[in-house]
Amino acid sequence: MGRFLLRRFISSIPVIIGIVALVFALARMIPGDPCRAALGERATDEICDAYNERYGLNDPIYVQFGIYMKDVATGDLGESFRFGVPVTELLIERLPTTIELAAAALLLAVIVGVPLGIISGSRHNSKTDVVTMVGANIGVSMPVFWLGLMLQYVFAVFLRDTPLALPPSGKLAAGLIPVPFYEVWHLPVNGLTEFLSEFTMANALVTFQWEVFQSAFVHLILPAVALATIPMAIIARMTRSSLLDVLGLDYVRTARAKGLPERSVILKHALRNAMLPVVTIIGLSFGLLLGGAILTETIFNLAGVGKTLFDAIISRDYTVVQGFTLVVAISFVIVNLLVDLLYTYLDPRVRVS
Amino acid sequence: MSDDLYDPPDRPLEPTNVQPLDGMEASDAIRDEVRMDPSGGSVGAVTSGGLWRTVGREVVRKKSAIIGMALLSVLLLLAVFAPIIAPYPPDQVLFDEGVSPRDPPCIHLFGCPEDQPQHILGIDGNGRDYFARIVYGSRVSLLAAFAAVLFAVVWGTLIGLVSGFFGGWTDNVLMRIMDVLLSFPSLLLAIAVVTVLGPGLINSILAIAIVTIPQYARIVRSSVLSIREQEYVSADQALGVSRWRLLIHRIFPNTLTPLIVIATLGIATAVLEIASLSFLGLGVQPPTPEWGSMLAAERNQVFTAPHLVFFAGLMIMWNVLGFNLLGDGLRDAIDPRLGR
Repeated sequence: MGRFLLRRFISSIPVIIGIVALVFALARMIPGDPCRAALGERATDEICDAYNERYGLNDPIYVQFGIYMKDVATGDLGESFRFGVPVTELLIERLPTTIELAAAALLLAVIVGVPLGIISGSRHNSKTDVVTMVGANIGVSMPVFWLGLMLQYVFAVFLRDTPLALPPSGKLAAGLIPVPFYEVWHLPVNGLTEFLSEFTMANALVTFQWEVFQSAFVHLILPAVALATIPMAIIARMTRSSLLDVLGLDYVRTARAKGLPERSVILKHALRNAMLPVVTIIGLSFGLLLGGAILTETIFNLAGVGKTLFDAIISRDYTVVQGFTLVVAISFVIVNLLVDLLYTYLDPRVRVS
Repeated sequence: MSDDLYDPPDRPLEPTNVQPLDGMEASDAIRDEVRMDPSGGSVGAVTSGGLWRTVGREVVRKKSAIIGMALLSVLLLLAVFAPIIAPYPPDQVLFDEGVSPRDPPCIHLFGCPEDQPQHILGIDGNGRDYFARIVYGSRVSLLAAFAAVLFAVVWGTLIGLVSGFFGGWTDNVLMRIMDVLLSFPSLLLAIAVVTVLGPGLINSILAIAIVTIPQYARIVRSSVLSIREQEYVSADQALGVSRWRLLIHRIFPNTLTPLIVIATLGIATAVLEIASLSFLGLGVQPPTPEWGSMLAAERNQVFTAPHLVFFAGLMIMWNVLGFNLLGDGLRDAIDPRLGR
């Protein structure tokens, strides 16, 4: 077991180095002079010479890459041209919004998708099955941005004066300012506490700010639904097909032959094995969520990683693009690693082979 | 489910254009082994002519494939006959015909006054007939997605063939590069590539193609690896057939089946991603009628003119759904074991 974990861990190191190299290369391939891109109108020849000297842009490319690797390893991702703050600081501020959104969406996708898949699979070819699978097919085909806009229209305009009305954008109702937990508890302010306090819902919950919590919750519903739809459909399909595979196995036939009720055959015997591939799919949908977050956050005007990245591209704030891309890609690798580890834990056969 | 797919009587044992060895490899033992192979590259071992006939017969029995083909036929008709179907050119501004920006749909049949000009999907923000733009949009969407997938398939196949056939360090280097590309969320990498290349139709096609190359490379490589060990390949090797000839005439044709399924499903993803890039302003630029960018142009008007957002998105979904259903049907028809 230990050796397997170690091997799996080591094998992801070259991938991470590759990601850093690719992000570095992409940033260098962006047309135009980095100095002029950074300084815009202010860039004269002399200023640019000094700039290039200062940031080591005159060094050979492998030296630059070495320096970049060192910076990344020490958590220095450069400074945003647009905001004038370190990229790491921006990340601390914006990452929690995206994590909250993605977690809500993933939770929704799993708690709806898995039961749907089970119902569908256990009543193979029934009306329920057909309807669910048609729904899942439509779900995977839906553009996230369109779904988001349509949800906004339905819940903010069409249902405006009904109890079902939901706010179409933003993170909190106007005027609400959450008090960070470190102020309530008189804790020191540092990167970590600031980062944690940006998880609006969790922060409101532990400090009993009910109004903030409620507002954050209702604001999160529509974006989470929009973002969850595609993974939900994929998870439902995967659960169904995996359950169908397992239901065809001999041990299930034995369980049925023993006279166990169908319910217990499915929930106690078949489901455990059927969930293995679903775990992988859940891990993979994390990438979908991160891509979808760019679209969802842009539509719902949530200042998370996705929207910041998009704004940075539009305003050519390349250090932000570079830093955020890197962090998103590396977290994707880490999530995949965790999924693999979980898989190993769940399925002893993987360890043996 | 469809055991007849592998039943010898259904398929000529010795297709005319293939050497006898090919026919012999489909003996029962190997066939079973092939069916157990979880790599997905298995069906390749069945000889081509008969397989395609069987697949054709199977596909028309699959409801999802039929619906998918129907959806796509409508789009294809729209795209081909766009100039006939669309009442106006897609970029003609109609202000002098008495319309105003974002007019709601006006259909005479449904009670819109006869004295008003008919615009069945209304008018967009720049005074153009929205239906015409939707119709022409099908051309861009279909062509761009096809182009992206074609590019990715060609490069992915080359990389996969070389990697799987030659093995060694070539394989190692190529596959590690593919690993790195795969470790990015695809839309994010596409955005990064477009940032480098600059926005536009061609560049977004390239970006999406580059992002999806690893997928095809991996599939082709795994097919090659399983086919390379087949006896008919060893036999050819023993007969002194050159490596390139083996690669092109023996191995490549057998990698095609899984590739076609994945490529069909890949077009669906490409349609979505091209629309997403255009929605973000990085893909197709206005005034070219493209559904994603049309949607983006009117997205702030969703509360006042929802029809301008609704129909463009509906068309994207229509297109994606068509390819998804067709791909699912093809997969079931070609190999029920490839997954459901």
